[in-house]
Amino acid sequence: MAEEVKTPAPLPPPEGEKKPAAEERPAPASAAPAKPAPPAKPAPPAKPAAPAKPAGPVPMPWTSPLVEKYRSQYGSGLDAQTYLGQNYLAVDRSLIPDILRLLRDEEQFDYCVDITAAHYPKREKQFDVVWILYSFPRNERVRVKTQIADGASIPSSVSIWATANWLEREVYDMFGIQFDGHPDLKRILLPDGWKGHPLRKDYGILQQDQEWVQINLGIESGQ
Amino acid sequence: MSSPTNDRTNDRTNDASNRALSHLDLETPEKPYLDSNELIINMGPQHPATHGVLRVILKLDGEKVLGTECVIGYLHRGVEKIAENRTYTMFNPYVDRMDYVAAVSNGLGYCEAVEKLMNVEAPARAKYIRVILTELNRIASHQLWLGTHALDIGAMTPLFYTFRDREEVLKIFEKYCGARLTTHAFRIGGCQYETYAGFEKDVKNFLTFFLPKIDEYEALLTTNRIWLERTKNVGVISGADCIALGVTGPVLRASGVKWDLRKAQPYAAYSEFDFEIPVGTNGDTYDRYLVRMQEMRQSLRIIEQAVNRIPEGPIMGKVPKVIKPPVGEIYHSIEAPKGELGYFIVSDGSTQPYRVRVRPPSFVNLQALDIMVRGLLVADVVAVIGTLDIVLGEVDR
Repeated sequence: MAEEVKTPAPLPPPEGEKKPAAEERPAPASAAPAKPAPPAKPAPPAKPAAPAKPAGPVPMPWTSPLVEKYRSQYGSGLDAQTYLGQNYLAVDRSLIPDILRLLRDEEQFDYCVDITAAHYPKREKQFDVVWILYSFPRNERVRVKTQIADGASIPSSVSIWATANWLEREVYDMFGIQFDGHPDLKRILLPDGWKGHPLRKDYGILQQDQEWVQINLGIESGQ
Repeated sequence: MSSPTNDRTNDRTNDASNRALSHLDLETPEKPYLDSNELIINMGPQHPATHGVLRVILKLDGEKVLGTECVIGYLHRGVEKIAENRTYTMFNPYVDRMDYVAAVSNGLGYCEAVEKLMNVEAPARAKYIRVILTELNRIASHQLWLGTHALDIGAMTPLFYTFRDREEVLKIFEKYCGARLTTHAFRIGGCQYETYAGFEKDVKNFLTFFLPKIDEYEALLTTNRIWLERTKNVGVISGADCIALGVTGPVLRASGVKWDLRKAQPYAAYSEFDFEIPVGTNGDTYDRYLVRMQEMRQSLRIIEQAVNRIPEGPIMGKVPKVIKPPVGEIYHSIEAPKGELGYFIVSDGSTQPYRVRVRPPSFVNLQALDIMVRGLLVADVVAVIGTLDIVLGEVDR
């Protein structure tokens, strides 16, 4: 029921171009006392949850030695932003294995917190794949994200962080995104014979329920 | 049934009793005697020591474990999909059902993540209430872990002690918000309920009541010879392996990595309290036990400071009735009793989250089971599952 309400709702703009949408957010004054001071900070060393509140919910360019280094190396394939005090790199898909490996080997992002995805069916490149990384020596987080088309695959990072094994399996299970070079890419939470990938926005929960009752109970609908 | 086996059974068709059994499709063994090949057996999904419905496929050589494979998902309820079809407020109680023995922590992580996304902050009093309840919940979670873990290894008494004492925590929860387990204690923006009359007294009573109880647990186990035999050098994992596998929480700290999100990236009011991060050295089951015992003592320290300094003031921040965070995304994580519990929330500016990803500590920690049990005996698998302190509701979500 609730799913029907959700599906026809207008889908959000792609993540990459969310700046304009964020600026036109309603009533900024009510959300925060709009402190104008912090934009001057040169290299915000990502201390989320700290009492220091970010200026306002507008993504700002993230400048730091790390970003400068990779921007000169990779040029336009890399977009660095800070949103609410959290840094992220929007990276072209072709740079993914290199950037992730460099972040671990050179920048000490030794802990892969999470790998996940989001589905934007209206977009040409339908999926955002997100890596959330943390560095123990720097006490800093960064998110790396990339966009890929439906059916496209992405290099596995199991050889970079062993923890990626199950995390990638879950992304595959829920979104159907293929990870090249994964040692054992199969469903993890759902049974092997499951049809479809539930966290895609166009996955029909009602249809799945009805199919099951039609086959197993011989009734038209269990709703 | 494959044809070669059928041929073999056909050789003995004159045997009437054999024919009678043929409906069972019994296969004649290739060799009449036991051999020393690897054996694959199933542990679970229904097994008292797996703390839920976890199926572990064990590859054994005699009693030695050569490798394992976890089959999970039996408790999968699609929490992340549910979130996309609920409003931010409606989804709040669902998070309690993931790690249901530490429901308060789940709620804290979710509420703080949404608050961050909306760029609001809970008032100081609400933060203190949150800290008190979350730390009480950490104690309750560790108590449940200790009782069941000790029971798995063969010590039955601690179970009765810990459940008896856990009751005191649950009573405080019940008096505060009416629920004992899935508490839904917090709201986005603060707390819904003001503390009841006598809350502070109850909490202080609990502090004086519970401190000697930890000594009591330790008297039963810490120098108990059987306990030492069953836990020392069992399920050893190095700090480097923990980091590579993303293992967090007491398991990571027992391997010598001094990292706790309450200190590393303080949230709620944790920066205002004085407490230690207990660490181990060997990364074995015994050290994980010691670390969790110390954590309970540290939780008491935090609660004591919080309850003595709890400020007056409002308990709800300036949050609109309809929660509608601006377009954007946020990752926020807290130190749950099991490790780093994170929420990655994508907002499209509507009243329903576009995507909620839960980073569950139990799920990620369980991945380390394989390397921890290799070379051990089957009985130790039970000890290692217990020491990882997984909750299947959170593994499967």
